[in-house]
Amino acid sequence: MFSNFDFDVIVRALPYMFYQGMTFTATLTLLATTGGIIIGTMLALMRLSGFAPLALFAAGYVNLMRSVPFVLMIFWFYFLMPYIGQWVTASSQPLQVGAFSSCLITFTLFEAAFFCEIMRAGIQSISRGQMAAAQALGMTYPTSMAYIILPQAFRNMVPVLLTQTIILFQDTSLVYVISVTDFLGAASRVAQRDGRLVEMYLFAAIVYFVISLAASHMVRRIQYRVAIIR
Amino acid sequence: MNYHWNWGIFWEISPDGAHTYFATLLQGTMWTLLTAAFAWILALTFGTIIGVLRTTPIPGLVRFANAYVELFRNIPLLVQMFLWYFVFPELVPREFGIWLKQLPDASFYTAVVALGLYMSARVAEQVRAGILSMPSGQRLAALALGLTLPQAYLYILLPMAFRIILPPLTSEFLNTIKNSAVALTIGLMELTARARSMQEFSFQVFEAFTAATIIYIVINILVTFTMRKVEQRVTVPGYLGSKPQAVGH
Repeated sequence: MFSNFDFDVIVRALPYMFYQGMTFTATLTLLATTGGIIIGTMLALMRLSGFAPLALFAAGYVNLMRSVPFVLMIFWFYFLMPYIGQWVTASSQPLQVGAFSSCLITFTLFEAAFFCEIMRAGIQSISRGQMAAAQALGMTYPTSMAYIILPQAFRNMVPVLLTQTIILFQDTSLVYVISVTDFLGAASRVAQRDGRLVEMYLFAAIVYFVISLAASHMVRRIQYRVAIIR
Repeated sequence: MNYHWNWGIFWEISPDGAHTYFATLLQGTMWTLLTAAFAWILALTFGTIIGVLRTTPIPGLVRFANAYVELFRNIPLLVQMFLWYFVFPELVPREFGIWLKQLPDASFYTAVVALGLYMSARVAEQVRAGILSMPSGQRLAALALGLTLPQAYLYILLPMAFRIILPPLTSEFLNTIKNSAVALTIGLMELTARARSMQEFSFQVFEAFTAATIIYIVINILVTFTMRKVEQRVTVPGYLGSKPQAVGH
């Protein structure tokens, strides 16, 4: 079964796969998570605000993102971005958007919908008394959100946010559909060049598996440490 | 924005020479639904078995089931599709591998297997959560009445567990439909792939993707609506989420 298994092809591809591929994947994961959490939190605040148009917009956005396949969304953004860029910069030609920025914007905006739902659950898990107490102390709504509610909501949701980050890390492999060289893209390129699909795809699977498994075990440990004792 | 809108494109003949672009999108929708439906059957079957194994008192089985869930959850779906499509036929005996590769609609069968097993790990999580959410007295009472362990699962624990986890299972089913789009990477001509090829041949990017998006949203709404009705019928009275019963004298 593994008699003509060529480990050498993996060893030779290691620098390319990790320097180019994994760097792309890791940077995309980290930046998109950060951006996604920030935009997601803002969306959650909009969804929970008393101002109906804002709440409706946020709900519509989240539901749209959640009912469409991510692959389709990647295509949407990939083709739409040059036109939006042209409109923003008011140039006469559709703007050239690099592969990385295109992916980053797509992932940030898409994952923001999922982070929004997590943060909304987090905010709603804080007891009403906290808000009441903050306002009784004379804090305005934004101040009490920023200093009382959000820090607690964030802390409660750290394990869930991290789990979503692991999902995002796995989702980055989907940039394959627009031929970007992420970790899987690098593996796939070497696989097709050398005709070594078995070795390269198995190796890529093992790397994803080890990283995701290690990360999810870490999340489980963090879960105990950040839990608020009541 | 200097983009040429042409919404009439849907009624023009696609490069296959026989169908309009609209008809090709509908064919894609059929493949999407077919893939999702078969994958869901697989996911429910394996997910239930694995979920049950994780709650049994037999350590070996629990460990096996936990490993199964970790394996399928920690590898991206796209990589799993590649493994089943490119790698699996090479690792099995030669004749069988060649037979697999020459199957008509090989990408469809591969997509069903890959998607079904991927989703089964998530279904297993839900089934396990459903069984664990019941008071342990249910299991003890069933065993005390003389039911064997399999009988206790079959007649007492699973029927209740499924009624409890129906809402999360609905969203896992919706995820199955959405995730079937990943199968375009192994050549399955499902809805997203059809929209993509329509865009390639007609250059009408946004019309093609708008149509696909609307079809996905409609499917989503139909499934959600139907399952809401089913959920109302099967919710366990007295649980949160079930309609409060009128209190009478």
